[in-house]
Amino acid sequence: MNGNLQLNADGSLRHLLTLDGLPARILTQILDTAESFISVAEREVKKVPLLRGKAIFNLFFEPSTRTRTTFEIAAKRLSADVVNLNIATSAQSKGETLLDTVANLSAMQADMFVVRHASSGAAHLIARHVEPHIHVVNAGDGRCAHPTQGLLDMFTIRQHKGAFHNLRVAIVGDLLHSRVARSQIHALTTLGCPEVRIVAPRTLLPRDVDHLGVHVHYRMDTGIKDCDVVIMLRLQNERMQGALLPSPQEYFKYWGLTPDKLRHARPDAIVMHPGPMNRGVEIDSDVADGKHSVILNQVTYGIAVRMAVMSLLAGG
Amino acid sequence: MKIRIRNGRVVDPASGLDAVRDIHVAAGRIIAMGAAPADFHANLDLDAAGLVVCPGLVDLSVRLREPGFEYMATLETEMRAAAAGGVTSLACPPDTDPPLDEPGLVEMLKFRTRNTPGPRVYPVGALTWKLRGERLTEMAELQEAGCVAFSQADAPLVDTKVLLRALEYAVTFDLPVWLRPQDPHLAHDGVAHDGVVAARLGLPAIPVPAETVALQTILLLVRETGARVHFARLSSRAGLDMVRRAKHDGLRITCDVGVHHAHLSEMDVADFNANCHLVPPLRSIRDREAIRHALAEGLVDAVCSDHAPVNDDAKELPFQEAEPGATGVELLLPLTLKWARESGVPLIRALDLITRRPAGILGVEAGVLAVGGPADVCIFDPDAPWTVSPKTLLSLGKNSPYLGMELQGQVRYTLIDGHLDYKRNHH
Repeated sequence: MNGNLQLNADGSLRHLLTLDGLPARILTQILDTAESFISVAEREVKKVPLLRGKAIFNLFFEPSTRTRTTFEIAAKRLSADVVNLNIATSAQSKGETLLDTVANLSAMQADMFVVRHASSGAAHLIARHVEPHIHVVNAGDGRCAHPTQGLLDMFTIRQHKGAFHNLRVAIVGDLLHSRVARSQIHALTTLGCPEVRIVAPRTLLPRDVDHLGVHVHYRMDTGIKDCDVVIMLRLQNERMQGALLPSPQEYFKYWGLTPDKLRHARPDAIVMHPGPMNRGVEIDSDVADGKHSVILNQVTYGIAVRMAVMSLLAGG
Repeated sequence: MKIRIRNGRVVDPASGLDAVRDIHVAAGRIIAMGAAPADFHANLDLDAAGLVVCPGLVDLSVRLREPGFEYMATLETEMRAAAAGGVTSLACPPDTDPPLDEPGLVEMLKFRTRNTPGPRVYPVGALTWKLRGERLTEMAELQEAGCVAFSQADAPLVDTKVLLRALEYAVTFDLPVWLRPQDPHLAHDGVAHDGVVAARLGLPAIPVPAETVALQTILLLVRETGARVHFARLSSRAGLDMVRRAKHDGLRITCDVGVHHAHLSEMDVADFNANCHLVPPLRSIRDREAIRHALAEGLVDAVCSDHAPVNDDAKELPFQEAEPGATGVELLLPLTLKWARESGVPLIRALDLITRRPAGILGVEAGVLAVGGPADVCIFDPDAPWTVSPKTLLSLGKNSPYLGMELQGQVRYTLIDGHLDYKRNHH
């Protein structure tokens, strides 16, 4: 799905909107490119000139600190000019439409838009309407996709586990509302991971979730049993409203990752979390800061992966 | 004006006629079928050789967007589009701004439509004041002003007691109530069928029980009150099964489906195509097959266009923010023909679903070709291909899931009240 919108006629990447339908060769190309950027961070001058003279607009229609910051750092390390726009507080509140905002910024000679929006499909919509030379990177749209997060999670898994074809991965938490989980699932299944599990109460699962190629578990003990990778999802406070869950305490008791529950996973399992964490709700501090945790590595890798995506899109 | 329609294949579902006949029209009425009456001299002679001549279509849901939404469409444009679609009678839902909840508004609308060329317009009155689901409207007075039925359109009716009272009050005057069954809590914020595509795209979902739970409630209240209820826009297999059982039990109910729902499914939403953001949502392929089967079986009483012209600005938004609906009054005929062809249903039975049977639901004199009856006639080429595009659609709304696609079946002439109201110039 959406393969055509994301790819040029020659099969190279034109936009990054979703990992759903992207071929494995593209995912691997991004991960390999990211690997080469890891060393840039270790240099004294942390810059390469790949995007010199390019203008990148960070369009954040929804607040974000971590994702916006890592995109900004990544763009600057590629020597691009970066403009940050928090549109939640400017144009849209004056009644301007999404496409009007984009058209206005396009007129300022943008080369790339990095877009975060509260509605699923917003990045697709923009990609369908921008001029051919402009690239769109989805930095999170509604519940649909967060492809760079999914990619940096794959990068993290590959760094620690080497390959995907022999892994058992459990994703724990609020899949219903999670764009991160959807991107992780598409990436894992595309890269050949043989068993992807979802662990959550029924209220946090979409109907027909099994069509995404995952195994559904309601219980943590069986859900993460013998897993090589345990990915915890953020549980937003507002989920306590609307009768999705009774209380944070009960959620933590049954689905929060504690050292005790983690013993069901493989002894060398890694624990991941896209952040920001709710300690004591979905994850215990002893696990978050413990020896299985690779959560801070994810953040570091996030910069390299976003450099890879932006350079592959606009560096040619 | 005297008109002769010559050599056409006359198909009239009401009488079962399917044969080549000449039709003679004078003073707004059909005065003869077959041989011309003595000293009949036509002012206008329409050659219908190779064409189908059928009753003008009756569409149970056409939004004309007036009053209040003139930036989307106007009476003039949509009535012209309806005539171009072969529609000669239409019901317009009360979801205007303000809603059709006062006799004065309905009288104004009737007056405006009477003075605008195009189909006969039958307003559906609001069941509750401002469509808020709280207070009843003056249904009896609204009926006197011209309302043929009462509905909430797509507005929620949260309070079941209000629904019961509305049905009881309608029974008092034997007024029909048209309801689109949807539980407002289960559907809250949803924009797509609760299935594989919503799971994949992360779209807020409307589960099938939103339809079936509401249906069950309404059916129980129909048994209680004996109200004349018409179910609008059924979307699911489970919902159709419930209506089948209720009809089998002898309940006095009817139902319709939107013509797009007989062809499209959740799969068509899959690239965030906002033109496939419809109400109710396009459901699974199994649901669509059930709709097609229920049409062939005769369970569904009518097919309507659920015409909803939307301006581009309101559609060029992320899927869930986009205004729902599709322009459709010009597609009702070709999409019904497409379903009939694909399902092996005879033309006369397909036309029944868009002529005689919806006219029966409206309770008006329409949908038949009869000597002495009104000369509302649709003359079309059943095989002519045409491409749906912003240029070929006369409706101001260009929001069609079929943009760029070719359909078969093109209206050549539409007669309304004995006048040639529409004539296709190029074909």
